Amino acid sequence: MSWLPTSVSGRIYTALLLLLAAAPWIILWADQPFLLDLLSRGLILAIATISLNLILGYGGMVSLGHAAFIGIGAYCVGIPAYYDIYNGWIHLLLTIVVSAAFALVTGTICLRTKGVYFIMITLAFSQMVYFTFVSLEEYGGDDGLVIYLRSDFPAFMTMDGPVALYYWIFGVLLLALLLVHRLVHARFGRVIVGSKFNDERMQSLGFNTYRYRLACYVISGVICGIAGMLLGNFTSFISPEMMSWIRSGELIFMVVMGGTGSLFGPLMGTGAFVFLEQYLPEFMKLLRESWLEYWHLPFGLLLVALVLFGKGGIHGMLTRLDARRGRTESD
Amino acid sequence: MDWNLLLTQFMNGLQLGLLLFLLASGLTLIFGIMDFINLSHGSFYMLGAYFCGSVVARGGSFLTGILVALVGAFIIGAIVEWVIARRLYREDHLDHVLVTFGLILIFDTLVHIIWGPAGMAIPLPDFLNGQITLGTLVLPIYRLVIILGGLLVAGILSIMVTRSRLGMLIRAGASNRTMVEALGVNIHRLFLVVFAIGAAMSAFAGMLIAPITEASIGMGNEIIIIAFVVVIVGGIGSIKGAFYAAIIIGLMDTLGRSYLDDLLKVFMSVHHAETAAPALSSMLVYILMAVVLAFRPQGLFPPAGAR
Amino acid sequence: MTEPILRITGLCKNFGGIIATDNVNLEVQPDIIHAIIGPNGAGKTTLIAQLSGQLRPSAGRIEFNGEDITHHSTASRAHSGLARSFQITSVVLPMTLLENVMLAVQGTSGHSYRFWRPVSRDQEMRNQAMEHLTRVGLGDRVHRLAAEVSHGEQRQLEVAMALAMKPRMLLLDEPMAGMGTEESARMVEILSGLRGDKTILLIEHDMDAVFTLADILSVLVNGHIIATDTVENIRGNLEVQKAYLGEEHA
Repeated sequence: MSWLPTSVSGRIYTALLLLLAAAPWIILWADQPFLLDLLSRGLILAIATISLNLILGYGGMVSLGHAAFIGIGAYCVGIPAYYDIYNGWIHLLLTIVVSAAFALVTGTICLRTKGVYFIMITLAFSQMVYFTFVSLEEYGGDDGLVIYLRSDFPAFMTMDGPVALYYWIFGVLLLALLLVHRLVHARFGRVIVGSKFNDERMQSLGFNTYRYRLACYVISGVICGIAGMLLGNFTSFISPEMMSWIRSGELIFMVVMGGTGSLFGPLMGTGAFVFLEQYLPEFMKLLRESWLEYWHLPFGLLLVALVLFGKGGIHGMLTRLDARRGRTESD
Repeated sequence: MDWNLLLTQFMNGLQLGLLLFLLASGLTLIFGIMDFINLSHGSFYMLGAYFCGSVVARGGSFLTGILVALVGAFIIGAIVEWVIARRLYREDHLDHVLVTFGLILIFDTLVHIIWGPAGMAIPLPDFLNGQITLGTLVLPIYRLVIILGGLLVAGILSIMVTRSRLGMLIRAGASNRTMVEALGVNIHRLFLVVFAIGAAMSAFAGMLIAPITEASIGMGNEIIIIAFVVVIVGGIGSIKGAFYAAIIIGLMDTLGRSYLDDLLKVFMSVHHAETAAPALSSMLVYILMAVVLAFRPQGLFPPAGAR
Repeated sequence: MTEPILRITGLCKNFGGIIATDNVNLEVQPDIIHAIIGPNGAGKTTLIAQLSGQLRPSAGRIEFNGEDITHHSTASRAHSGLARSFQITSVVLPMTLLENVMLAVQGTSGHSYRFWRPVSRDQEMRNQAMEHLTRVGLGDRVHRLAAEVSHGEQRQLEVAMALAMKPRMLLLDEPMAGMGTEESARMVEILSGLRGDKTILLIEHDMDAVFTLADILSVLVNGHIIATDTVENIRGNLEVQKAYLGEEHA
């Protein structure tokens, strides 16, 4: 069966995608509707982390403000809905335009800086967006906004109902994966990756790397904005809290846990994060009833251990597995 | 214009500025010398408040509380440096952000386990609890104590940094790390001491503010971000920069919150001014940082000799 | 005499009070190997940084191919046909040799806002890259990672990347830096092979290599060019011997 992916990681990822495609049927059969919710939320976050990985993993641009795009996308659903505008195309178009414009304006400034300055200035801009929405009392301010109806699309691509929304999310996820995969192997992506490792050299080879990085930043922002649009539809309640710097930190955590600069790493990392967030408290509760609230402790320890010992994240572990297998086979 | 109010707000701004300086001075040294981003610096702020609070709650004096907070944070800071931070100085900034994010979660939960989810009020001793009347102006003594305490530490720190051997190494380290290493200094010990002193100063700040706000879980997580802004605006590794930037940002934030709506009313309707002002004043410090980064990325007062 | 391909007039650069480049005037004729020598600290690195656009000159003018490029960016100079190699090896270490050279080809062949088609399927680009790698003697190890090959091979890769930019002129900043005798000899051979085909401005410490390769020599001392002449005449130039050779051979 030569058409099967040969590596362990490749097989696992293929199996995972197939499983995700069939998930609603399995979940309905097992009568665990809650799992579908968990999965939908996880996949939305995965779209966001895939977009973050594009700039962070492939481009070396560590943004501590990426959650701002999630918020922007969510409010691009929430604010029109507040005025009873539910047309999905308008929501989508608004999301794309506003995310792209925000990325373009902030990226123009942020990308003049490097390293830790980039981290801090992306943080600064996301905090500005955060406080802007806190101040918009018309749209709920601190308390957020309830969205009563989902974005309205033609019947064949409706979001109404949990399964339909799930497939919407899954479809966007596939598109995001495909786009990032093509991008990084195309001429554009080679420039981005090259400039991560040696920006000066790339310039002397004739690349105006600033512009390519800016374009990459905008693409990433738009993808993340669409994740936000989906999140707005999914939770039907949005608030500025979605874009606090803690959320941006979590997105980075997910990318690193999965493995930066790998296509499926962010998906794996997000899966692991959402799983832990959901089940670690319950696990702690099993140990002792009162420990339920202490789940952040093992979570934090895990994070520290990941940085100290887990180079390359989940994807790194899988490829090391591949490497070891390859060695034994050739022996 | 109400001059008393202005003066009170000015004192509040100064107080915030000095607290920020206590946080930022350690942060900027750890940043400048070790090139380490320590998000968990705010955890020491919280720990300082809880240490002091515990001592006072068990009948100890406030001054004993200060001492315990300082020593406790110094020791925990040293342990964090020794066990974790030390291994990561040469790694990516991304690793720093993650590992210290993890530490925040750990410290917050540990405090939750030990002291419970509710905050902890710290009563002031009588001799700090009064008020001073200057003409028509009434000032709480304790606010003056915070300001004087902050200025005192700033003074000691600046003398230490400019006069002592440790200070000389710190200054040299902030502008040129390789040189200090080439001088054959025990760089590990220098790093350990700097990290631990930074932790102690952060704890001092947290302990100072706790009698006003009470000690609470996660109290350091908001202010640490502002302290980072101070570090960037002042110039990474610069104590002097941290001082001026902290005062500027403290005043800007406090005065912005009190007067921005009045200022905006000149340009727009009362209603719009009142909704826009709180957000804009929260944003001011970030706008300042973005402007500084865009036009003077090395900060306002970069350490001498740094690139 | 033909029109020079590179003309530098009155170039000055100072850092604070330190004058690193002091009124440099230089003309480089096409299709020759023109070397710049000078003692350490003479300002060779500063000069090449200004030629490639990393540093802005304080005063003066750089003309390339009749065009004033004094204020052009590094990237746009590369597009005008000025390619450089770096003194300290500067390649993309986690990529293979082939990927590195393909990047160099890509840099000067149209824009890179192409988001969909994989580079690996671009046969034209691949062939060009292979050709340059073969030319510098790396044709048999194109799929090795740049981080894994020897220092000498990384230096060869530098030259291949510079060639892949299809330059009119190569700026080579100490291509023999840190090389053993054998590796240097191979590099001299590679560079000789380019004679008459490309203009080369060579900055080099290795005197044997310079005397073997160069058609014209310029001597840079204290940021100033004190002589430009043929190799034989420079060898006989008393001023040069005093300022430069004398110092090393005394």
